[in-house]
Amino acid sequence: MNMYLQLFLAYMKVGAVTFGGGYAMLPILKRELVDRRGWVTEADLIDCYAIGQCTPGVIAVNAATLIGHQKKGVLGAVCATVGVVFVPVLIIMSIATVLQKFSENVYVQHALAGMSVAIAAIIAVTVVKLIKKTCIDIPTTIIGLTVLALSVVFDLPTVLMVISAAIAGVVISNIKARKKGGNK
Amino acid sequence: MLITTLLWCFWEYFQTGLFAVGGGLATIPFLEDMAGRHPDWFTLEELRNFVAVSESTPGPIGINIATYAGYKIAGPLGSVVCVFALVLPAFLIMVIVAKMLQKFKNSSLVNNAFYGIRPATTALILSAVLSTFTEVLIDMDAVSSIGSLFTAVEVRNVILFAVILAASLIFKKLHPIVFIAAGAAAGVIFAL
Repeated sequence: MNMYLQLFLAYMKVGAVTFGGGYAMLPILKRELVDRRGWVTEADLIDCYAIGQCTPGVIAVNAATLIGHQKKGVLGAVCATVGVVFVPVLIIMSIATVLQKFSENVYVQHALAGMSVAIAAIIAVTVVKLIKKTCIDIPTTIIGLTVLALSVVFDLPTVLMVISAAIAGVVISNIKARKKGGNK
Repeated sequence: MLITTLLWCFWEYFQTGLFAVGGGLATIPFLEDMAGRHPDWFTLEELRNFVAVSESTPGPIGINIATYAGYKIAGPLGSVVCVFALVLPAFLIMVIVAKMLQKFKNSSLVNNAFYGIRPATTALILSAVLSTFTEVLIDMDAVSSIGSLFTAVEVRNVILFAVILAASLIFKKLHPIVFIAAGAAAGVIFAL
């Protein structure tokens, strides 16, 4: 099948079944793009999220644009971006007039309550895997813990923390390289 | 007249898309300003409704709010214009970023930066997820003191959480959608 169509369809599926923000999309993206299709690696996906959350716009859509571009250039980015918003926009446009009633319906509310618990559980599994993949040595573990503490306690701006982490990454890598060089 | 309204929508939403950093919820302050500037579009009260209702249909929250707000302003065409204008600036920026990344993919500077960024991203995701956990598992309205924390635990939610967690670890092959659907079914059956 045409790769552009595949990008559109894969992202359409992801957009159609994700409730909540960009993070709720992560387990589904991992399954669809990493495990099932092998289009990107888990590290790629995390990098896209990292960029998506410190650039303007909706995180999930930004990540879709990046992955689409990575696979098939600008047109691929268009396919993934349009794909991820396609079903949500259609649904709301067609039920906008009754959406209020729909969301106040008692069964819809029960279903949503159950779904948010399920989503929390599957995200928990994904996050644990992420920790194993990204906190790979002592410096990265320290960076992770520091950012976690800063964001939970002080709620600092995301951009600031991501930039600081990038600088820390560069500095630590250089120190490591120098140590290696010194040992020779 | 419709054209003028649509152009205004485009302009307002383009600015939102350009300056709202940090995901869909970050667009809300911009929409609040918009309600102030265009009282005929939607009120703050209606905006709160858009946000609440946007969680009950699939899709990224920011997109859903824009679709709903656009519909309120100018019908289906309004939805399309608002979503397009919201996504466009971010799309252009992402394409530039993607091109730069491609160019510097093998540079050690970029790789070293991502060595630090990856654990930070995990931590940011974890911190967002932690607040979801407390929302889902604890009835925050019932928490008045530390002592009441225990009684405020949503026992049925905790059980469902544990069951789905265990199931997803055992049946690794199953698609995450299956567990979400199971959660929805359990929600209806047990009236969560």
